[in-house]
Amino acid sequence: MTALAPISSRRRAKDRAMRAVLLVGTLVALVPLVLVVYYLLQKGLGSLSWSFFTTDPTGRFLGDPGGIKSAIVGTILIVGLASVIAVPVGIGVALYLVEYGKKSAFANAVRYFVDVMTGVPSIVFGLFIYIVLVLSGVGGSFAGWKGSIALSLLMLPVVTRSAEVVLNLVPDGLREAALALGAPRWRVVTRIVLPTAFGGLMTGSLLAVARGAGETAPLLFTAFAVNATTWDLGSQMNSLPIQIFNDVRQAQTNIVERAWGSALTLVGMVLILTLIARLIQRRSRIA
Amino acid sequence: MSTEPSQRQRDEADTARRFEPAERPVPAVEPAAQPAGTVARTIEIDGLRAFYGDNEAVKGVSLTYEANRVTAMIGPSGCGKSTLVRCINRMHEEIPGAKAEGKITLDGVDIYGNGVDVVSVRRQIGMVFQKPNPFPTMSVFDNVAAGLRLTGKRGDVKDRVERSLRGAGLWDEVKDRLGEPGIGLSGGQQQRLCIARTIAVEPEVILMDEPCSALDPVATLKIEELIEELKQHYTIVIVTHNMQQAARIADKTAFMLLGELVEFAPTSKIFTNPDDSRTEEYVTGKFG
Amino acid sequence: MVAGTLTSGGRSFERSPLSRLPDRALRWTLTGLAAAILVLIAYFFIRLYDEAQPVFTKYGVFDFVFSNAWVPSQGQFGALPLVVGTLVTSALALLIGVPVAVASALYVTELAPRRVRQPLIILVELLAAVPSVVYGLWGVFVLIPKLKPVEQWISDTFGFLPFVGGDVAGPNYFIAGLILAIMILPIVSAISREVIATVPVEHKEAALALGATRWEMIRMAILPYARAGISGAAMLGLGRAIGETIAATLVIGNAPEIAHSIFGQGYTLAAVIANEFGEAASDETHRAALIAAGLVLFVLTLFVNFLARYFVLRSERTR
Repeated sequence: MTALAPISSRRRAKDRAMRAVLLVGTLVALVPLVLVVYYLLQKGLGSLSWSFFTTDPTGRFLGDPGGIKSAIVGTILIVGLASVIAVPVGIGVALYLVEYGKKSAFANAVRYFVDVMTGVPSIVFGLFIYIVLVLSGVGGSFAGWKGSIALSLLMLPVVTRSAEVVLNLVPDGLREAALALGAPRWRVVTRIVLPTAFGGLMTGSLLAVARGAGETAPLLFTAFAVNATTWDLGSQMNSLPIQIFNDVRQAQTNIVERAWGSALTLVGMVLILTLIARLIQRRSRIA
Repeated sequence: MSTEPSQRQRDEADTARRFEPAERPVPAVEPAAQPAGTVARTIEIDGLRAFYGDNEAVKGVSLTYEANRVTAMIGPSGCGKSTLVRCINRMHEEIPGAKAEGKITLDGVDIYGNGVDVVSVRRQIGMVFQKPNPFPTMSVFDNVAAGLRLTGKRGDVKDRVERSLRGAGLWDEVKDRLGEPGIGLSGGQQQRLCIARTIAVEPEVILMDEPCSALDPVATLKIEELIEELKQHYTIVIVTHNMQQAARIADKTAFMLLGELVEFAPTSKIFTNPDDSRTEEYVTGKFG
Repeated sequence: MVAGTLTSGGRSFERSPLSRLPDRALRWTLTGLAAAILVLIAYFFIRLYDEAQPVFTKYGVFDFVFSNAWVPSQGQFGALPLVVGTLVTSALALLIGVPVAVASALYVTELAPRRVRQPLIILVELLAAVPSVVYGLWGVFVLIPKLKPVEQWISDTFGFLPFVGGDVAGPNYFIAGLILAIMILPIVSAISREVIATVPVEHKEAALALGATRWEMIRMAILPYARAGISGAAMLGLGRAIGETIAATLVIGNAPEIAHSIFGQGYTLAAVIANEFGEAASDETHRAALIAAGLVLFVLTLFVNFLARYFVLRSERTR
């Protein structure tokens, strides 16, 4: 390659122009974030009040639309159950891949399909659960726990992917030391590998939970939606994303205002989870 | 007959002096109380072949490690000495695609025999690694107790922990810091912690895979003194690429090259009057 | 068995079957979980296909995908408008989103001052934390009204271009593409960043040592090397855009026809499922059609993700 010509003003100008372009591009990427946060606060803060969080939606079009209590309760319950399913199973699959399967053909196949699962649109998960659990009438038609299962299908590959990365970061020397002492493999896993990887596993799981909390589509025809607060996961259940989705499509201003308030609440919940996850990551020993 | 030492005899005397261990102060280490019923054992290796996939790293080696002796394994990088030693506590097979064939007996019982449980082999043959690897989530105390707890022992382990720390020459330095994280110790202390952890489960044999190569000379010296003490109670096999170290502490030395055992003899012979020319070239530094 | 005690007649290396149980239990449980994943995916496919069958037997797969007539009330289920809508909005998302994402990735990795790097990365990642329904809400009540005048101006000024011109509907392909672009920014940017960061330092130093300016170095050393990986990142973004349901359905207008301009209303495969499922509960054919749409969507994302992985793998192999 021949040496470049001494820097002409043209080259210098081009360099400066392209640098500016890249900087502008970066700022453009941030503009939506700023705008979303701004409008969320501007339009949503006004709706927040004590009664907002403690009354149910009334379902009325005119007059008082009510608050979002049932949606909050529903989200916590549905996402909670989904996490209880997805996190242990997801970490379990990752444990298999790292400690037992390693590079075998079977393990590679599992890895591939976990990757496939991350690409499945969320509504297809809802569809699948609808077919398998709702249509067939297992335990009634719509139910909160069915929504949880759909969500857990969505969260599982996220948990597994991040858990596999974290588990691989545990130094092999630790496993060797434990094995050389004569520890059976299950003790190596439970007493050495898991405690060492704990922080990173928590981070990954919390991020998956934050993701699940924001999903609407899997709940559309599984948990469905009701206005009244219910603590029974076996019945139809409201949730924040569904509440917002329904409210957005209404014409009344006070219902739309409620949608902004709900959106702010939902984003707040997701942000808190994300923050806790990142804080744990900072203090964790390996990841 | 001439009473003058010949040139050859003078050369040999020179070499012997060069490799003689220097005078050392008496180690400030209390001997561990001997657990009742423990007798260090003999290991016999018979025709061992070890593979990484299709690659044969150890090509039919046979030798005997005598009880209560220190045997050093020396040779250039890649000669198979670490692989061989890892076969003795059956750690070699933990690597995906690795396998071993042949016979290794501990006091006459083949550890590669049918029905042998790998886990119990490792409880009787301990290993200290090149890079000190104390468990990061555990305190000093818990690290030493880890071997006992991981192998299922319940109940009070305080006595065993103290004894093991004394046996590793670490007690005085950490007795006030037992609750602190194990990884907070210096490199040499960490390695002695790992040794304490290993002897806490009271193995018969201790394998050491280049235990001092990550340590500074002062820490190395401390560990070599420790090994002199430990051999009273255990059979010790040490892999080392430091020939002076082998000369200092080993009773017998085995020289390996390209997967084969070239020569196995008392240490002084290996370093002053080896039979094989390849051995002589290696110990005089012509290669490796 | 305590190590070191002599058993009469020699030692043994055995453990009781009971103590070996936990090892096997753990191994089998974990293997079972992993196998369950494979079974699950297979079952996925089978059930979806089964339920979509009525529509496939009535129309045949080809006609279903390529007929331009989605009129449930008359029992017509040609999915072409949906497929076109999906592809158009995703293409728009890529067109708008990928350059911005790559620009920000390049800036953050190569040009940004060190202290600003991490905050910038976190900010772009935060875009991913916003739930899609919130993007939809924001799109409907902020983006659409605010951009309408701009869109109208573009439509009037550049009306001679194909696909541009005519009246601007509120929700339309363009807005949907724009929102999707925002939503795929984090993932395309994150992967591009990784790819760019793995360009060997020697390539960059070689360019700079020849007297290249910063931009020339990027153009000569980084972009060619990172091209495959960035394509992979773009494909992953595409997959995400194709599958996005909620934000899209709120801002695309949900009109089951192929509009003539990007400012017209349309429909996507995902949106139709979300919208029409309530009424389809009773009508078997309609329901089967929606499930078939889901299946087409699934296959599309599978294909795109497969391509993405191929590109990313190729970029890793050239290292």
